[in-house]
Amino acid sequence: MTALHALRAFEGIARRELLRFVQQRGRFLSALVRPLLWLLVFAVGFRSIMDVPIQPPYETYITYEVYVLPGLVGMIQLFNGMQSSLSMVYDREMGSMRVLLTTPLPRWYLLVSRLLASVVVSIAQVYAFLLVAWIFGARLPWYGYLAAVPALLVTGLMLGATGMLLSSAIKQLENFAGVMNFVIFPAFFLSSALYPLSHMRDSSVPLYWLCQINPFTHAVELLRFAFYGQISWQALGIVLCALAVFLGAAVLGYRPRGGGSPAGRPAAPE
Amino acid sequence: MNVDSAGEVSGEEISGEALLSVEGVSFAYAQRKVLTSVSLTVPRGGFVALLGANGAGKTTLFSLITGLQVARDGDVRIAGLSIRDRRAQALGSLGVVFQQPTLDLDLTVAQNLSYFAALRGLAPKVARERGGEVLAQLDLVDRRADKVRALSGGQRRRLEIARALLHEPSLLLLDEPTVGLDIPTRRALVDYVHGLTADRKIGVLWATHLADEIEGEDEVVVLHEGRVLRDAKAKALVAETGAMDLERAFSELTGPGSAAA
Repeated sequence: MTALHALRAFEGIARRELLRFVQQRGRFLSALVRPLLWLLVFAVGFRSIMDVPIQPPYETYITYEVYVLPGLVGMIQLFNGMQSSLSMVYDREMGSMRVLLTTPLPRWYLLVSRLLASVVVSIAQVYAFLLVAWIFGARLPWYGYLAAVPALLVTGLMLGATGMLLSSAIKQLENFAGVMNFVIFPAFFLSSALYPLSHMRDSSVPLYWLCQINPFTHAVELLRFAFYGQISWQALGIVLCALAVFLGAAVLGYRPRGGGSPAGRPAAPE
Repeated sequence: MNVDSAGEVSGEEISGEALLSVEGVSFAYAQRKVLTSVSLTVPRGGFVALLGANGAGKTTLFSLITGLQVARDGDVRIAGLSIRDRRAQALGSLGVVFQQPTLDLDLTVAQNLSYFAALRGLAPKVARERGGEVLAQLDLVDRRADKVRALSGGQRRRLEIARALLHEPSLLLLDEPTVGLDIPTRRALVDYVHGLTADRKIGVLWATHLADEIEGEDEVVVLHEGRVLRDAKAKALVAETGAMDLERAFSELTGPGSAAA
């Protein structure tokens, strides 16, 4: 594998993802409308009920709309990760995945390129959302919009790898919608996206611990701190570990299968 | 065998050697055997027809040759490189047209070619030039800006072949490339690919269940229930069975009452 070949392949994969995304205007709109509904309807309704404690990274009182912003950004990336994996299942059913997997580059590199390309798309969606949120008055510190880019990359990769792992296990398109519901909604609601975990602990200790072991919680916390120019090392460590595990398992899941057990031999690692 | 820094195999290095060598390959899905000790070779400039009925194991063999699956026993060598041990380098000299369509329907003809060229590491300028050439050869130049969804079945197959030739492979695999096409289009595709073997010395493995796509001088590998029954020139098979043509010879070899039945 030469560096130039690898770079051109990544550029080609990313361009294809962007072209497909631009053509799917409905996908772009739904990626915006979904979190905006949460922000402009749900959050406004809950503003007077939900008391947000002053806790890091916040140094002063914030409105509920500002509190939920990182969670809604995480939601965009979570949905995009699942959408991207759905696209991989679709590509497999339509045959175009074969073109990718017969490219003379290491398979792990092709999968990581595909993952990175979908993260680029998700980050574009995030900034479109943040712009609309800013217009409606839900604003973050100005430096946070820049400081969050590395965090968005890491969280996008982790959530995309989760979707890729799912797509490696799901063989048929029609099975995917159900699985998405079993992943997206528990991941979102069992996290700190909508409420501080201190509130959850006061209400239910078992649910609090479920939220704590949910990688999405730590993705949201990583973003929350990053939007205030800070790093939550604990969240970063957990998100990176989850990324390594999910991505490793996804690459293994896409490894060519040996025909026949027990004599089947996997392909040599590249 | 020498491989350059880009993983491509130099043409001079592989002259006189089989471009594709399938050596005693066996494969099973769980307990169901699909291929049993299959061997075949494709030389430079050779047209080898893999003739077998539906379910004979042709597509599985293509999956093994392209590294999408791994053989239980045996090995596949492309330009001398084992697909098991040096998958990426081996795939460098290979062009493939799968039985299942693999084009992106929502992208244009040019975008599909550009995507594939990038995966193969071609520089954008080279990709544009070669794209223009292969589209001209396959009479698709005026459809360059059209979405693939708008193309007919025959045009899509031609585009798949154009794409497979974009990186100038030394070996071309085509799995049932004429399925669903009318007779004139089928004939034109067969002639075009035969021309590639003569003009560019590309080795071709053409999987089909249609004996009329095979010419007398073509090498024919008859695959039946996952085993190679015969590997000979088409005209030799006809002579051996005493049949009137290859289609009847194939029926003699694989039908009820044959030794293979």
